[in-house]
Parts: sequence; structure tokens; C-alpha cells
Amino acid sequence: MNWPQTMLGAAGPHARGVESLWWLFFWVTTAVYVLVLIAAVLATVRRNRPVDPQDPAASRRAGVAIASATGVSLVLLFILLISSVRTGRYSIQGLADPSHINIKVTAQQWWWNVEYESTIASQRVRTANEIHIPVGRPVLLKLQSTDVIHSLWVPNLAGKKDLIPGQEAAFWIQADREGVYRGQCAEFCGHQHAHMALLVIAEDSGKYAMWLESQRRPAADPPDEMAKRGRDVFLSAPCVMCHSIRGTGAGGRTAPDLTHLASRLTLAAGTIPNTPGHLAGWITDAQGIKPGTRMPTIGINGEDLQALLKYLQTLK
Amino acid sequence: MTRLIAVLVLVLGTAACEREQRRFNEASPASGIPQTLKMGQLEPGGSAQQVTIQSEYDENAWAISEGKRSYEWFNCVGCHSHGGGGIGPPLMDSRWIYGSEPENIFATIMQGRPNGMPSFRGRIPQQQAWQIVAYVRSLAGLTPADARSQRDDDLFYKKPEARTPQKGPEGQPGRQP
Repeated sequence: MNWPQTMLGAAGPHARGVESLWWLFFWVTTAVYVLVLIAAVLATVRRNRPVDPQDPAASRRAGVAIASATGVSLVLLFILLISSVRTGRYSIQGLADPSHINIKVTAQQWWWNVEYESTIASQRVRTANEIHIPVGRPVLLKLQSTDVIHSLWVPNLAGKKDLIPGQEAAFWIQADREGVYRGQCAEFCGHQHAHMALLVIAEDSGKYAMWLESQRRPAADPPDEMAKRGRDVFLSAPCVMCHSIRGTGAGGRTAPDLTHLASRLTLAAGTIPNTPGHLAGWITDAQGIKPGTRMPTIGINGEDLQALLKYLQTLK
Repeated sequence: MTRLIAVLVLVLGTAACEREQRRFNEASPASGIPQTLKMGQLEPGGSAQQVTIQSEYDENAWAISEGKRSYEWFNCVGCHSHGGGGIGPPLMDSRWIYGSEPENIFATIMQGRPNGMPSFRGRIPQQQAWQIVAYVRSLAGLTPADARSQRDDDLFYKKPEARTPQKGPEGQPGRQP
């Protein structure tokens, strides 16, 4: 659960722009701060030196000092302003490349729905809270929101982008080195805004292709009796009203797709790690882990729960 | 006078809290369908008094809005539309075939009814079912007006401003939604 989420470890072109801007601001403001402190200390030390207010040379010196300080401040502020505007303009620019990947990301309270688009229906992939991307290839994210305003922010890869209901926003990201980068909703969106994270997993193109291929497959049939019972529990419980598992009758579209649940790293949008224990806790008491989440409390007995867990573990 | 106004504001404030109170994890108002449930006027051996369950969700704006969300998520909207009806009967009036008391509606959702209403027993958790009951009653105007959900943007005659194309300045293209 310890993935980097910092704009000071840029792993993509847009983030690098933001990072160098940050360092520019840091060094300029630090230098100004140190110079001002030195001037203040000097003034304090020299305060007893007598100055004749009538002396024209002294007042000229003061005038020159004030004018040059103002001039230097103006120049510095303009340098900062111009570089900030340039970085801003660059970071919303497209990374035009014919080989780019289209991914639709839909934010809702409080998780991210991720869809890999394709003109062929069977090639489409739907997953949640995890975006796999190949290293070095630009990715066009089409951002939408179904309820309130959210904001996507993966500091290692790019700046923020708001997701506004009723509008589609285009946003480019690219990762230049492998890694798992944590992202977070950056616009207050309700109770569980803080628990609305997502992971961007950048891997080399071979691994990415393998991942995509495995995600395209429908869920495998349960391998044993217990998992089979677990599937029956899933299909006869309230789960099926919202979740879908491709290859079964479960086709709910309002909650995360669980076809390959066991292949993900986290549960509940980065709230808890994806382990059998946490999964059991999530199914029995989601409201205790993430109060207000759309996952309701359902009564389920121990045996059914064990079978259900067994089944969900098989959804690799 | 000032003190009176201050007290009044405080009292009104607490009333508002109650109206919006969110209870995420609780046992639902009632867990079963009562034996005394009445479906119609005709009953052998005289009419028994129905014991009405007062659903506290009826007065809770948050519960009603959650009910509205479930109503759409669970596809009630597919047959009953947003209250206007279609394949299923409309819910905007308060004269209903199987009764309009909270427990009647709850029983209808859980048991299903002939000619198309499916049974959602085991599929909709009790708390959500009671929230749907409160929302459905609010459609019929049976709940206090101050707790009711607002009408959806797309149900208004005029399109919401964010979704209407804007005219740009002279000679320039405008923003397309």
C-alpha cells in the first residue's frame, strides 16, 4: 500500500514540466528569502550609524537601492509568471501519437471505472481503480463523471484534471519508466473523497499486452465444488444487482466489474489491500470500513461467505 | 427579541440536522412483512385493523435520495419510469392496487406482484428496500414536502445550462456540450 504519490518523482513528460517548474520556484523563492534575511540582519547591525537626512548623496543611494530591488523583483516575478504559464499550457497539450491508447475513466462516488475502448466489442475491457499502461506510449484518458465533480490527479505522471458531470474531458498521460503510481481524487466529492484513490501501473509493452489479453477473457468456471457454491451465492445475493462478472448472469453496471477481481492490488478504490481477509471484511461490513459507500450491508452467513471468498479468489 | 431569534434559529437548525441525518449502517425500520398486511377492502370475518409501521425514512431527505438512486440502479425506472409509469403502473398518484402504506410497498417489492412485478427478495438489502419505499411514497406526495428529492435536471422542460450549446462571440464557434 506504499506506492509513490509525489510530484517530485516525475515519471512522465507532463509531470517533468511541473517538477522543473516547482524547482525553479523553490530556488528563486529560497534565494529571495535568504537575501531578504541578510539585508534585514545588516540593517539591524548598522542601525546606529548616523545618516544625515539632508545629505543628497545618501538619499540618492537610497533611491537607487529601492529602484534596483523593485526592478529585480519585477524581473523575477515575470520569469516565474512566464514559466508558470508555459508549463500550464504544455501540460494540457496533447501527446499526439498515432499509436496512442484510448481509455475511458468514469469517476463516481467513490471509485473509478476504467474502460479500454475498442471498435470490437469482445476486445473491450472494463476494470476498476487500476489503469495499466505501457511504458513510453501516450495514453488518452477520456474523463467523465456520473454524479458530482471529481478530479484526477496522479502527481508522478501529470497535473490535475477535473471531471465534470455532463462533459467529457480529454487528458493525456505518459509514463517513461515502469512503476506503480498512486493517484487520488483531488476535488472534494463527498464522504469518502479521501478514500477515492487509483493506481496507474506502468509496465513494459509485453507485460501490458499479456495483462490486456487476460482481462479480455471472461471469468473462468469455478474449479471446485466450494467455488461453484460461491458463484451460486454471488448470483442469488444482492451482489448481482450492481456488480458484473463477465461469463455469468451478473451484469450490473453501477458498481466495479469483478470479472478479474483477484488480479487487482487494492479493494474499495485503494482503501484496503486485496487480501482474502480484507475482502471478507469488506463484504460483511463495508459501511464500517468506508462509511457511506454505496456497498450496502448484506446479511450473509459464515459458510456462504467462505464459499463466496473462495470463488472471488479464483477470478484472476 | 434577539435571544428569541437566536433560540428559534438553533431549534430550526437541529430540525434540519434530523432531516438530513445519515445512518449508514443500521438495522432497517422493520425487518419483516407484518401478518396484518391488508391488500384490499374485502376480508372475511370483518375488517381487521392494520398496524401501520411508521417508517422514519419518510421524513429523512438523505434516505429518500438514496432510495431515488437505488430506484434507478435497480431499474424500477425501466417499468415505472420516473413515477409516470409505462410497462408498470404509475407511482405519482396515491391510489395503488396493493396499498400505499410503507409496509404494503415493502411487501410489493419483496414478494413481487402478478403481471410483471418481480420479487426482489434476497436481491435488495432491507435498508435499501425501505429507502426505496420512502422515495416511492415521496413520488406520490405521501411524505413531508421538505424531505423530498429535487426533480432531475433532464426532467425539466428547459435543458440545464451546462448542456446547451453556447453561442461564441461574433464569427467564432461556440462551446459544444
